[in-house]
Amino acid sequence: MTRTVLTGEEISRAIRRISHEILERNKGADSLLLLGIPTRGVLLAQRIHAEISAIEGKAVGLGSLDITLHRDDLRMRAPRPLHRTEIPAGGIEGKDVVLVDDVFFSGRTIRAALDALGELGRPATVQLAVLVDRGHRELPIRADFVGKNLPTSRNEQVRVQLEPLEGEDSVVLEA
Amino acid sequence: MKFPRHLLSIGDLNQESALAVLDTAKELARISDGQIKKLPTLRGRTVVNLFFEDSTRTRISFETAAKRLSADVINFAAKGSSVSKGESLKDTALTLQAMGADAVVIRHHASGAPQRLADAGWIAGPVINAGDGTHEHPTQALLDAFTIRQHLKRDNANLDGLKIAIIGDILHSRVARSNIFLLSMLGASVTVIAPPTLLPVGIESWPCSVSFRLEDSIEEFDAIMTLRIQRERMEEAFFPSEREYSRYYGLNGDRLAQLKDGAIVLHPGPMNRGVEIDAKSADSVRSVIVDQVTNGVFIRMAVLYLLLSGTSINLSEEAKA
Repeated sequence: MTRTVLTGEEISRAIRRISHEILERNKGADSLLLLGIPTRGVLLAQRIHAEISAIEGKAVGLGSLDITLHRDDLRMRAPRPLHRTEIPAGGIEGKDVVLVDDVFFSGRTIRAALDALGELGRPATVQLAVLVDRGHRELPIRADFVGKNLPTSRNEQVRVQLEPLEGEDSVVLEA
Repeated sequence: MKFPRHLLSIGDLNQESALAVLDTAKELARISDGQIKKLPTLRGRTVVNLFFEDSTRTRISFETAAKRLSADVINFAAKGSSVSKGESLKDTALTLQAMGADAVVIRHHASGAPQRLADAGWIAGPVINAGDGTHEHPTQALLDAFTIRQHLKRDNANLDGLKIAIIGDILHSRVARSNIFLLSMLGASVTVIAPPTLLPVGIESWPCSVSFRLEDSIEEFDAIMTLRIQRERMEEAFFPSEREYSRYYGLNGDRLAQLKDGAIVLHPGPMNRGVEIDAKSADSVRSVIVDQVTNGVFIRMAVLYLLLSGTSINLSEEAKA
């Protein structure tokens, strides 16, 4: 059984709202650095980046952070391909880093991302923006900006589909 | 992603898994190029370098790769060890297993020793062949393919359409053997160029063409790989003299000038300067020999990462079976 929980339009609205919240919280975009977590977090970060740049009238920092090599479950799963890590030339030192991911679940991805950031330098702050928070945290980590809080059961699956990959924007809950 | 349990020969890979190694190495190179020098990926795992034959660069390359992924490394050289007192491969392997080796990198003078180590069940973890006799040296071929792709294909896709020459001692060369199979699998057309005495029996059944003369076709190739003359494996005379070999098959300034624009020169090292390659060629802008060494670390990091992730599922699946 599948159920659409966010339509394309709702996703756009959520991204727009998150962009405003990020600006409000950080009092502007001067030291902002958006880092998407591959693969869909990168696409979402690009869209937030476009919104913020349009609002502020200037480009803000944008990059990607692959966390595969920092995961704690590598032994338990088949080998995973690596994705691109792209940190803008200025690095992360002293920046207000906003990690962007699609689905926030156990929190382990974000833990790995925090470890990966630790290798790169010392940001001023690290914040987290996610499109969907589906609960079931296994670590004491929370999101700062949430597109939609979605109560789920553990055996349900949340599938985020974005236009460049799946041809349309939607979030689907599969039982 | 599916990846074999061991890496013993190029035959363990298919095009998909071979490209997975190259793509993984590409991302590892990008990360290491930036600020991250050490990754936590293999923390708490032990990689044993079991070397029954002299090697500096391959052992150091594997050691560096394992350490950059935070693995612990034990170097076991046969010289000055219990092996020189007559210990068998089996007993050495059982000892390493008892000490908790998670992966074994083996170099051995006997062809097939890594296969024996992998098949016999003495060791639970993956076995990586770092060169066995005159058989194979798969990580060398992978780093050569990576270097060729980096220079001629901008790091993308496979090696379709490239013409690659491998020159020299094909008979004794595990590097040539692994390269012929890997490069042809990735879409390149491979020509081996050597005196008839340095070609193995049955070469016509390998996925490559054969030529005895270097100057006939040198301008056709996108990449030229010249091999070391392996004096230590030559008990008889395979050619009249080194000077004669050098005259017919050595790379020198004149031959370099005949190469097409953008063509590159590879050598697996160590070089005999003045025999198979002269100093001018080795140090020319076409030479990518130093890149091969750098890339070797990334390829070995990729192989260790791919072989050591998911090892506990492999083991539990076997326990169920």
